[in-house]
This record gives sequence, structure tokens and C-alpha cells, in this order.
Amino acid sequence: MSDVRIAEVSVAYNGTRVVDRVSVDIPGCSWLGLIGPNGAGKSTLLRSMAGLVPYEGTIVIGGDTASSLSRRRLSQLVAFLPQRPTIPDGVRVVDYIGIGRTPYVSYLGAESASDREVVSTVLDRLDLAEIAQRPVTSLSGGEAQRVVLARALAQQSEILLLDEPTSSLDVGHQQHVLELIDELRVERGLTVVTALHDLTLAGQFAETLVLLDRGRVVGEGSASTVLTQERIERHYDATVRVVEHEATGLTVIPVRTPRDLDRGAR
Amino acid sequence: MVPDAELPAGPGPTRVEPVWALGAAIILAACSLLGILVGAADLSLGSVLAELVDKVPGVDVSSDLTTREAAILWEIRVPRMVLAGLVGGMLAIAGAGYQGVFRNPLADPYLLGVAAGAGLGATLAIAYFPGATSWPVSPLPIAAFVGALLGVMVTYVLGRTTATTSSTATLILAGVAVAAFLTATQTFIQQENSETFREVYAWILGALVTVGWSEVVLILPYVVVSGAALYLYRRLLDVMGVGDEEANSVGVRAARVRLVVVIAATLGTAAAVAVSGLIGFVGIIVPHAVRLVFGSSYRVIVPLSLSFGAAFLILADVVARTVLAPAEVPIGVVTAFFGAPFFLLVLYRARRSA
Repeated sequence: MSDVRIAEVSVAYNGTRVVDRVSVDIPGCSWLGLIGPNGAGKSTLLRSMAGLVPYEGTIVIGGDTASSLSRRRLSQLVAFLPQRPTIPDGVRVVDYIGIGRTPYVSYLGAESASDREVVSTVLDRLDLAEIAQRPVTSLSGGEAQRVVLARALAQQSEILLLDEPTSSLDVGHQQHVLELIDELRVERGLTVVTALHDLTLAGQFAETLVLLDRGRVVGEGSASTVLTQERIERHYDATVRVVEHEATGLTVIPVRTPRDLDRGAR
Repeated sequence: MVPDAELPAGPGPTRVEPVWALGAAIILAACSLLGILVGAADLSLGSVLAELVDKVPGVDVSSDLTTREAAILWEIRVPRMVLAGLVGGMLAIAGAGYQGVFRNPLADPYLLGVAAGAGLGATLAIAYFPGATSWPVSPLPIAAFVGALLGVMVTYVLGRTTATTSSTATLILAGVAVAAFLTATQTFIQQENSETFREVYAWILGALVTVGWSEVVLILPYVVVSGAALYLYRRLLDVMGVGDEEANSVGVRAARVRLVVVIAATLGTAAAVAVSGLIGFVGIIVPHAVRLVFGSSYRVIVPLSLSFGAAFLILADVVARTVLAPAEVPIGVVTAFFGAPFFLLVLYRARRSA
């Protein structure tokens, strides 16, 4: 029902192709991690799936061609969170999460009792009930990230597109947020697509990784197939070691070579 | 078994609490009463109240107002008070609408060239049709109205055709350019016809002048239509707060919402400007004061701005009429003189309680 098929999708900004004939199949209830260096086209691919940028090619969502769906219907199927969501000045938590109900509220209408109930359920599920009346801007980074996630959940879409959901969080909060997303994915049967910079976390949480470079898919599969030292060094222009441990899985460690260290010392 | 209606519905979205609505209504009623009581002719509170109650259908109360006094009340004081209320409420909600769709706290209803366009229209009318006061319909409000709409239309077309992205900054910059051009033209015409200087200047500073009910009748349809549109769009204005892209991602076509709100706010503002000149400050301070006191949701800001904007301008008009009586101070001077310190007070109190 909630599987996504991306076939030969290209996106161009001012004549430059930033996503170049990408094809990916995302099975329902799975977690796909988009990785790749800055400018690889991760965010743009997410935006095309959310119908926010014009694209060539076909995106099929749960059996329907995305471009044939209305803006409103698409929003009921797909929730998208950008890397830095805009938080309106002074907005309270409960009102902000209520924005997620917009695809279900009639154009000029107000939230119904069932909309309010969805918001209230989400508040409870993400432990936000106690801060429901506080302004979002007064919250800590971890709380704010949960509030933003709550808005996406209030949208009750089966597909969740998250652009760098952990970029502003410390290591503990990064883990908590990703664990929460995984729990919700299992509970609610969500299909999750995230763009992630942290390759270790991407490998730990996503079932499948897609490595993009200059708009093209250059690697696809499980963490151990995609996250090889050779691939990462080539596409990220980085120096890394990939350590695989039986109990903890795969870890990508950036390293300084003796030559770098030597240069730094001078 | 608990019936559904008794289940806790959970925390609801921000709305106008009944006590706020009551308070706003009382304040508006008090200001309105003050607006019709204060003036050169001394009308007593008791007889004015009796006269007002007498107008309620089915109620017969005899007031002791003479025919002349009743005429002053119904043909001078009440229409003027109503006009002040309509203009004040309209400018305040138009400002709120602009601030919402442009996500810019400094946006006011004059942002996209309304003021400069209306100013040019009014100056042309004053300069080239000086004897037009005897016309059946005064050309001044019509010229100001048309100028205001043209100013915004040019801004919108320029902003849309020059924009490479859907950024609102381009539109605002186009507004700055159009306003500068129109103001330059207006100033040139004013210099050429220097005998009009005083009249143009008085118009630019804002003046409520009523001839019976005609001005009220003139702007009422615009205020009703654009007020209703802005009220219906209050929830969408909240959604616009998350930015165009995220608004699109929850199913709202942000560009269309912006266009509708701009049209509604501009029509209402142009109508208000046509009968009152350029009354500054109301469109910025009233929505902000409401925001600081009652919260940032447009579900609260739109209705309460309408009410407090009306009350504020009625009060400002009372001051404008009385301070130098029988001469009048331009009402725009009053709104700034009292509005600015009041706004700073609200700002100060909001920061302390935060």
C-alpha cells in the first residue's frame, strides 16, 4: 500500500540536472537511507517525492502516479520535513502540530473534534502533552525536533520523508530521535526515507542505503555493501576507516592521515 | 459507558476565548459611545442613549434631543464614528494579512505601493480637478482608490515577472521601486501645482471627512468583503507561517493563498485610503499589540485586530477633533503620537511577562 516506486526521475534547476535519472523502489514499511556528499541531490530527490519540485520521470505512491494526485491528496499520503523547518514566531506546540492536520481540514474550515483527537494522541505518544501550550521556540533542540516530528505524524501519512532529522542534535538526542522514528515506523507501518549525513547512523537505522553522487545513484543495498572504505573515499573525497563489529554493526570513522597531521603541526 | 461528547477532546487549537471577545466588544462599544458624545455640540449621555435605543426596531423611547441635535447625532457624529471604525478595523486586519502572507513583521497595508498609488491619484485629482467639490461624486476618493489598486497591480506584475524564485523578497522590493517611482511622480506634480500643497499634504497625513453617510456607504461593501475573506483565511494564515514549501507539503498552495489575501487586503485598504487619506501606523501596531497580548495565531489576530483597530481609530479621531478644536489635527499624526508610546508599553510588558 505505502510502497514508493521512483522511475527515471530527473530534476533540473536552471538547466543544471541535480537529480539525474534516478530509479529506486522502496517497499512499504521499510526505511531507506539516502546518503551522499553535499549537493548530491538527496534533498532534491526527497522534494520531488513530496511533489515540491517539478521533475521528469515517474513517481508511483501506493499504486497512484504522484503527479496525477491533487496537492491535498498527496499531502495525505506523504509527509515531508525539511532540514530546518520554519517555526512561526511565538507558535504554541499544539497549534504547530495542528498544522499537520491541514490536508484533512476543509479549505476555509477549522479542525474538527477528530483532528483535535489526532493531535492529542500524537502529543501523548511523543511525551509532549506537558509542553503543549508552550511556544515551540522556547524548547530545547531535542524537544523541538520531537515537536516537528509530531507535526509530520499528525499528517497521518504512511510515507515519512525526513531531510537530516538529526542535524542539530547531540549524539544522545540523535539516537533517541532515530529510535523513535523506528518505533513509529514499526507501530504504524510507515515507510521512512531519510537523508542522513552521519553514515554510521544511516547504516544502523536504514534497511537499505542509496548512495547518490552528482545526482546519480552510485550504490544501493545494505550498509555492508554500500559503506565500503573505497566508495566513501571516492564519493565524499574523505579519508575514513570502516570498522565492522559483530555486536555493534558497522562504524564509519573519519581519520587524519599522518600526512594531514604533519601538515597540521607545521 | 461515557458518551462521545463527554470524552476529553484534548488541547484545542488557539481560539478567541469568550472573555476576550466580550472584553473587545465592551471596549469597542465604549469607544464608539465616546466617539459620538464628544464634539462641539453638547449632547448628554442619557439622551444619546435614549435616542440610540429608540432606533432599535420595536422599541419606543423618547429622547429629549431637539431635531437639530438629532441631526447632529445621526448625520455628523454617528457616520463619522462608523467611518473611523471601518477604516481602523480595515487597516488593522489588512496589516495582519500582509504580515501573515509575507511573514514579515514590518509589513503594513501600504507595503506594495498602495500608499504611493493612492497619493498620486489623490494629487492628480486635487491638482487637475480643483473645482470638483461641486461634482455629484467627488473624484478624489475614486482617483485615490484607482491609484492604490494600480500601484499594487504594477508591483505584483513586476514582482512576478522578475522573480527567479517564488521568494516574497522580490515582490517587496518591487513594491519599494514602484512606490519610489510613484512618489517621485506625485511630488513632481505637487511642485508644479504648488497651490495644492496644503490640500495634498493634509490628505497625505490622513483626514476623516464625512458628508453624511456617503463615505460609509462607499467603503462598507469593500470592508465587508475583504474582512470576510481575511477572516475565512485566518487558519491558512497560520499555515503560511511555516513557509511556502512546508505549506505546500501540507496541501496548501501558498502562492494562491498569498494572492487572495493580498487582493482582499488591498481592496479594503484602497477603499479605506480613498475616504481617509494615508493614516499610518494602525496597520502595524494594532496587529502587533494583539499578537503580544493574545498570542501569535491569526485565528485570534484577525478578529481582535478588527475590533481593536476600529476602537483605536475612533479614539484617535476623537483626539484629532478636540485637541485644537475647532481646527482638526490630521488623524495620522494622532495615531503615531499616541500609538507609538502605547505600542512600546505593550512591548515592554510582554517582555517582562515572558
